[in-house]
Amino acid sequence: MTAIEVQGLRKVYRGHEAVAGIDLAVARGEVFALLGPNGAGKTTTVEILEGHRRRDGGEVRVLGEDPGAAGRAWRARIGVVLQDADDAADLTVREMVRHIAGFYPDPRPADEVIELVGLTAKRNSKIRALSGGQRRRVDVALGIVGRPELVFLDEPTTGFDPQARRQFWDLIRALAAEGTTILLTTHYLDEAEALADRLAVLADGRIVAQGTPATLGGRAAAGAKVAWKGHTEQVADPTPLLHRLVADNEDLSTLTITRPTLEDIYLNLIGADR
Amino acid sequence: MSTAALPSTFGNGLSRGRVELLMFVRDRTALVFTFLFPALLLLLFGTIFGKDQDQAGVSASQVYAASMIAYGILNTGFITMGAGLALDREDGTLKRLRGTPLTVTAYLIGKLTLVLFLSVAEAAVLIGVGALVFDLKLPDASHWLTFAWLFVLSVVACSLIGVAVSAIVRHARTAGAILNVPVVALQFISGVFIHPITQLPHWLINIASIFPVKWMSQGFRYVFLPDSMKSLEAAGQWELGRTALVLGAWCVIGLVLCLVTFRWSERDR
Repeated sequence: MTAIEVQGLRKVYRGHEAVAGIDLAVARGEVFALLGPNGAGKTTTVEILEGHRRRDGGEVRVLGEDPGAAGRAWRARIGVVLQDADDAADLTVREMVRHIAGFYPDPRPADEVIELVGLTAKRNSKIRALSGGQRRRVDVALGIVGRPELVFLDEPTTGFDPQARRQFWDLIRALAAEGTTILLTTHYLDEAEALADRLAVLADGRIVAQGTPATLGGRAAAGAKVAWKGHTEQVADPTPLLHRLVADNEDLSTLTITRPTLEDIYLNLIGADR
Repeated sequence: MSTAALPSTFGNGLSRGRVELLMFVRDRTALVFTFLFPALLLLLFGTIFGKDQDQAGVSASQVYAASMIAYGILNTGFITMGAGLALDREDGTLKRLRGTPLTVTAYLIGKLTLVLFLSVAEAAVLIGVGALVFDLKLPDASHWLTFAWLFVLSVVACSLIGVAVSAIVRHARTAGAILNVPVVALQFISGVFIHPITQLPHWLINIASIFPVKWMSQGFRYVFLPDSMKSLEAAGQWELGRTALVLGAWCVIGLVLCLVTFRWSERDR
């Protein structure tokens, strides 16, 4: 079953093609990451999928419906996690979660969601008084309180400290484990690698590569770079070389073997190393 | 997949209204500046222009007390609505709600609930100040009936126009400044700040007659002042029928503008 199906999606802003023909398919229960530099068209794509922006071309199906024409019942089945809102500052976490829950036919209990995002100790604090990371966790709580089948997260961990990001990742994994489909955009490569089942890299409104974190852009076949005292060699398989080095009694005290990181592949894909 | 029914728009609207009220009373600045400002102005005007009674046994301060209710509604209806919407657009409230099954109608019911509560409270404060400080006499039942429909039409018209105007307010921080221009200008030419309105040139009265404020303040003067005071009005009459007609027309115009201009987000293309 597919949660998201996109064919030939296009969006033009003042003559500039922000999205220039994208094809995507996200299966139910999958965690899918859209990667790309700023201005690549990630947010525009997500907003079209959420039904918040009109498209100029292409076919889009989200949970079986066209987001541009879907109604309230469809909206109740998706969850949108905002990235930069600071609304409801004068409400407490609990008041706001309960308030938003009231818009859905079958919401999760507010306290359960607050527990899930780790804000139980802060549930009676005004949202105004929360730290940036806590504020974003409220956003997640509000995005999932309606028991969505599909959750959109647009750059969810921007501005998080490392510990908050780890906690956030655990939360996303917990949601995914429940069978929720997740589409996230990010420009953190480690985040995509840690969370995504599959990912696509967007540059200039086009998908330049699609795959799993392990195989994206030919990463699996890219070989390894072996470096030791004064030498470097690029090889497909380092095994024979290492045998030879040992046999030759080379000084291996500074030996390193590096395979391309997702970041190397990514930078290569978006053309940043040219 | 859930099979439960979606909650009703009206119920969600009331839930919005509750939350809007909660946020309003918790925001002290809004409470003081939008809410108590008209009462402060009334105290100033009333004191400056005096309690001396004229031929009909009415003082300038009593006339201000009646007229100032129109200002109160402009403030709670037009300004709260217009600035509130601009702020909701800017701080992500609208974006948030748009991602949920909430309908636009429910959102607007929530805002209107806030405005109605504020307007009733504002009118009570102004009438209270008028009665306690400036000996404004409270009218009989039939005048209260007129007050009721006049009040409702005024609040609805001002709120709807506020929603429509918010579409041209780009930033919440400039909303107050922009929205206060028509509010203050109209009060000068509509017989709120300057009474009797007949001191103004005819063409200016004609312009004022297009907008709701002149009719609102005239109506509230009918409610709270003796009948003989009608001689100081532009037409020498209270013109209640015409007042209802003009305000009703503005409700319709406001609703149409509202439906045409309402946007969930800043740049919806």
